[in-house]
Amino acid sequence: MKRLALITALTLVFSIACTKKDKASDTGVVQGDEILVGEYGSLTGSEATFGIMTNKGISLAIKQVNAAGGVKGKKLKVITLDDQGKSEEAATAVTKLITQNKVIAVLGEVASSRSLAAAPIAQQYKVPMISPSSTNPKVTEVGDYIFRVCFIDPFQGTVMAKFAADNLKAKKVAILTDVKSDYSTGLATFFKETFVKLGGEIVVEQSYQSGDIDFKGQLTSIKTAKPDAIFVPGYYTEVGLIARQARQLGLKQPLMGGDGWDSTKLYEIGKDAINGGYFSNHYTTESTDPAVQKFIADFKAEYGEVPDGLAAMGYDAAKVLIDALNRSTELSPKALRDAIAQTKDFPGVTGKISINEQRNAVKAAVVVQVDGARNRYVTTVNP
Amino acid sequence: MEEFVQHFINGIGLGSIYALIAIGYTMVYGILQLINFAHSDVYMVGAFLGYYMGQLISKWNIVPLPSYSAFFMSLVGAMAGCALLGLTIERFAYRPLRNAAKLNALITAIGVSLFLEYAGQIVFGADPKVFPNLLEDSDVYTSESGNIRITQFDLVILAVSLCLLFILNFIIYKTKLGKAMRATSFNSTWASLMGIPIDRIISMTFVIGSSLAAAGGILVGIKYPKIEPLMGMMIGLKAFVAAVLGGIGNLTGAVIGALIMGLAEQFVVGYISSTYRDALAFGILILILLFKPAGLLGKFGVEKV
Repeated sequence: MKRLALITALTLVFSIACTKKDKASDTGVVQGDEILVGEYGSLTGSEATFGIMTNKGISLAIKQVNAAGGVKGKKLKVITLDDQGKSEEAATAVTKLITQNKVIAVLGEVASSRSLAAAPIAQQYKVPMISPSSTNPKVTEVGDYIFRVCFIDPFQGTVMAKFAADNLKAKKVAILTDVKSDYSTGLATFFKETFVKLGGEIVVEQSYQSGDIDFKGQLTSIKTAKPDAIFVPGYYTEVGLIARQARQLGLKQPLMGGDGWDSTKLYEIGKDAINGGYFSNHYTTESTDPAVQKFIADFKAEYGEVPDGLAAMGYDAAKVLIDALNRSTELSPKALRDAIAQTKDFPGVTGKISINEQRNAVKAAVVVQVDGARNRYVTTVNP
Repeated sequence: MEEFVQHFINGIGLGSIYALIAIGYTMVYGILQLINFAHSDVYMVGAFLGYYMGQLISKWNIVPLPSYSAFFMSLVGAMAGCALLGLTIERFAYRPLRNAAKLNALITAIGVSLFLEYAGQIVFGADPKVFPNLLEDSDVYTSESGNIRITQFDLVILAVSLCLLFILNFIIYKTKLGKAMRATSFNSTWASLMGIPIDRIISMTFVIGSSLAAAGGILVGIKYPKIEPLMGMMIGLKAFVAAVLGGIGNLTGAVIGALIMGLAEQFVVGYISSTYRDALAFGILILILLFKPAGLLGKFGVEKV
């Protein structure tokens, strides 16, 4: 008898699950007076500050637009899911957002590896996805529903290569890559290409895996090669440790990196060892643009802290989405996609954003220098 | 040549940390024939206890930070805390299964390990924490060309590891408790017939092993000041491999195995390829086990049926 009851219950659950699935065909078409937007990010995990700051940026933008009356008379609501910094969780989160929450669009992720895991799902269900700051070129190559509001690795690698050659006058550079990360290897490849083209030489290439804590072997080899500068396109947790160990081994050359360095934890971990390091970023808090200063003031009023680059990117991603929702002919994922694709010269806090044919943003990058807990503006490099 | 020396110094530094953790694996295996997978997570808890000790010390201004007294206070505090944790794990997870099949205890060990990892993510938070500055780092020795450097951390880690290993050696070979441990390890049934309180001896084994893991956690914390709840996974695996390499159950073997692992990793990175760091380090294990199946110092016992 007990078994019969169990089987009946299971069959019931299964049939309900099946009927629910059938409705998935009408994903994301807005019916109520709320527009649902999905967000997935690493709110916990080893790159937690990325997800948390992006989330704060997005929430601020949504709050502002709702206070101003929303979009087409409807309020926006963000559903945020945590992917714990894991690719497989990112895929699950996006599936859930699209099939269960029926969001009109998805915002996320910061890390390229996670965006790459989630993008095929958004593409499959034909729901537009905007990545705030995944810079690996492959992300938007997944399909015509995947966008980003940041520049891409070739550009970031190029920027740092130009910076090393022109500003630092470096001739010989060592590269230390995180082989587990698409982002890091992407940056390293394009840095190398440009730097060699500019007449420089890559004297040694070493690698590590995210999660490693000991880099002394790699750094000792780098030291023997006597480079003028060291390019470490990794994430802040490892970069902080790398900087420390480099100084312990007596390496005094400047360290350079990409936007993966952008976190206040970088200085907490690296302490004085990371001071003087350069990295390319999406924006600088030292900008004199009134729009940027207003964003910083609003963000401080809301959260009591200075927004980092990723918060600004999250804010811009949400803003681009809101702008597209306003221009979209109807509130469906298909029409929204077309509207996002037509974004041109949108005034974001991280610069003027135009979406090109590859669905990437075309915009300038800044190079900043780590100085204690803050980053000083050094120069701007245009595309 | 100078590069070689520097790689050697780095390798010894890394190896001595592996040694502290490897000993915990080997001790428990020697006595219970149980691979205590939770050991690497006790190490993680040790690092976090050190983190909180450091914060308390600076909050209540007990001793100035960084200083040796702060370092030793945190070290002792974390070791005591982890000893208690080891005792609890043994009492509630392993003792009820003492007479069950070996596999059951092994699965339980994996369960305890996962429990600690994910409970750690809830209690401590999943994002990496910055370990407090318990000890000031400075160069102790720099060669004339500046290419060989020994820092205070390297020396402190080596000194603390050696001290603890020396104390452990004393306990095992010079005290009554140690004698009882060796007897239990040799044959627990016979040991109990001779009036040795097996349960208490096994508890003590966990206490000693866990406090050594805590010391490892603190030493890693001061040298690599980024700690997170999953930090034990990889280092635990390597320490385990080191224990197997040296001959599991054999204390000296664990230390030698750990030093080999540390040096192998550094030399692989320095002279072959950093991408293959772990692959080649584990490859060495396979090679050694092919020729010496019981590990370097392990005794190969034929199981009698």
